[in-house]
Amino acid sequence: MILALRELRRTPRRFVSATVVLTLLVVLLLFLGGLLDGLYLGSTGALRAQRADVIVYSADANDSIIRSRIDPALRARVERVPGVTDVSGLGITLVGTTVPGRGTLADTAVIGYEGAPRGVSAPPPNGEAWADRRLAAFGVRVGQTLGVGPGQVPIRVRGWVRDTNYLLQGALWVNPATWRQVQDTSRPDASVPLGTFAVLAVSGRPPARELAHDIDAATNGETKSLTKSQAVLSSPGTRQQKSTFAGIIGVTFLVVGLVVALFFVLLTIERISLYGVLKALGASTPRLAAGVMTQALVVGIVAFGVGELLTLGLAALLPAQIPLLLQPSRAVSTFVGVTAAAVLGGTVSLRRIAHADPMTAIGATN
Amino acid sequence: MSALELKNVRKTYQSGDEEVVALDHANLTVSDDELIALVGPSGSGKSTLISISGGLLTPTEGAVVVGDEDISGYSSKQLTQFRSERVGFVFQTVNLVPFLTARENLVVVAELNGAHGGRRRRARARADQLLDELGIAHRHSHLPAELSGGERQRVAIGRALMNEPKLVLFDEPTSALDTHLGERVMELIRDEVKGRGTAAVIVTHDERMTHYCDRVVAITDGRLAA
Repeated sequence: MILALRELRRTPRRFVSATVVLTLLVVLLLFLGGLLDGLYLGSTGALRAQRADVIVYSADANDSIIRSRIDPALRARVERVPGVTDVSGLGITLVGTTVPGRGTLADTAVIGYEGAPRGVSAPPPNGEAWADRRLAAFGVRVGQTLGVGPGQVPIRVRGWVRDTNYLLQGALWVNPATWRQVQDTSRPDASVPLGTFAVLAVSGRPPARELAHDIDAATNGETKSLTKSQAVLSSPGTRQQKSTFAGIIGVTFLVVGLVVALFFVLLTIERISLYGVLKALGASTPRLAAGVMTQALVVGIVAFGVGELLTLGLAALLPAQIPLLLQPSRAVSTFVGVTAAAVLGGTVSLRRIAHADPMTAIGATN
Repeated sequence: MSALELKNVRKTYQSGDEEVVALDHANLTVSDDELIALVGPSGSGKSTLISISGGLLTPTEGAVVVGDEDISGYSSKQLTQFRSERVGFVFQTVNLVPFLTARENLVVVAELNGAHGGRRRRARARADQLLDELGIAHRHSHLPAELSGGERQRVAIGRALMNEPKLVLFDEPTSALDTHLGERVMELIRDEVKGRGTAAVIVTHDERMTHYCDRVVAITDGRLAA
């Protein structure tokens, strides 16, 4: 391995082409991962923040919070289901919001709630909201009064919350009365009567899947209940986004492995006579193979380091509206994936190394 | 005890349906500090003989004893270990590792054998000592591309002597050198080998160099001259 590291140090130019290509692939992987995380987290924050085990929709809503309606009578039936310990109403309306001093509308999700989700304080007074930090990119400031929806319902920003958005719309967490006001003025055709919510966030005895089943059975199929994780993935487009990006990322990891494999196969062909000499001097195949693996690993690590820095730099130049979210966990998984793909790619050369003939050192072969 | 003993060694290759005899019942004994020149035309079996002697090849028949070790039936793994510990090679084209300095080209022999810590420190000290004795200590930090042909040859000899072998095998050590430099290299080989009590077999085409050796052995069509 010392030999392999010395080669890297003394002849770095030999490894530049592979490192550059891998660096670009790392940038691509981090961008794809960042977009996936940005889209996923930006679309599902409002649901992920719920402390509930189960989200209850009306049966005809087709798992859509926007279409779902749970009236007080149906809610009462849910509350009576054995095992249910807490029920709180939740409603969401997607509207454009006017920010003082800004010419364009900010995309917002006005969320009326009863039980405080994780990271959000208790419902604020009428006409006030906890705003998600995403809205800062649209010029929203604490203390401002926004004009929400077509009816320009005045809502004052009381403070910030984080990671609570819905369908990439900046969340404004309001009390149920304010939400109904926004809903009624922006969608008079779909006004919400007093006591009615879009969905119910239900806590109860585990397992959540059984609790969901019991609730739907108790309402004679008038509800459709999903566990919280199912509800998160049922947000419009979320499942499709995840599978599409996961596919592209997987293929990119495969390309990383192929690039490393091709590079080290060519490098091995180029230095096959050197391997012959080293074998003649007593180098074992495992020792030479470990050297190639080490070089592949180092190339992968360097490419990741440079790629990460480049991505951070490029991300800083992008407008805030692009849902790119560079998370440490994504960086770690990309690092592990790239280095593993690099090492696996390096193994393609092992057969050639194993067949390197020490006889070539004295100008003869078997 | 002999440094090398070949007893009825035969090596054959299969070429299609035909059996090619590269070495035909060769018998050779090299004493502890003996310097032997092995001469013969191309394709006569010289390379095969030193390859078998150095554990690069296994014989089809016969026994190969290096020092007190019979390597005839060794596995590939055992031969790798044997080469790293018991013999030295100097190749025709020198074949130094191009990205290692002169000193590192010597130490690499120990490193390839897994030397760490104290063993590596001792290997470095031995490399420095050998480079000094070979008169190129001042060039220890130079890469092979920065050395002259003679200096590279000296580094190769130093590398062959690193593991204190009982037997050093030279493959055409002067073929790429002019007469003057060739003679200097042969003098160096003789001095180093004799000074250390090491046996050596030198494969050469160049009969002008054979007078530096104790004995000349000719090989033709895989057969050693009596």
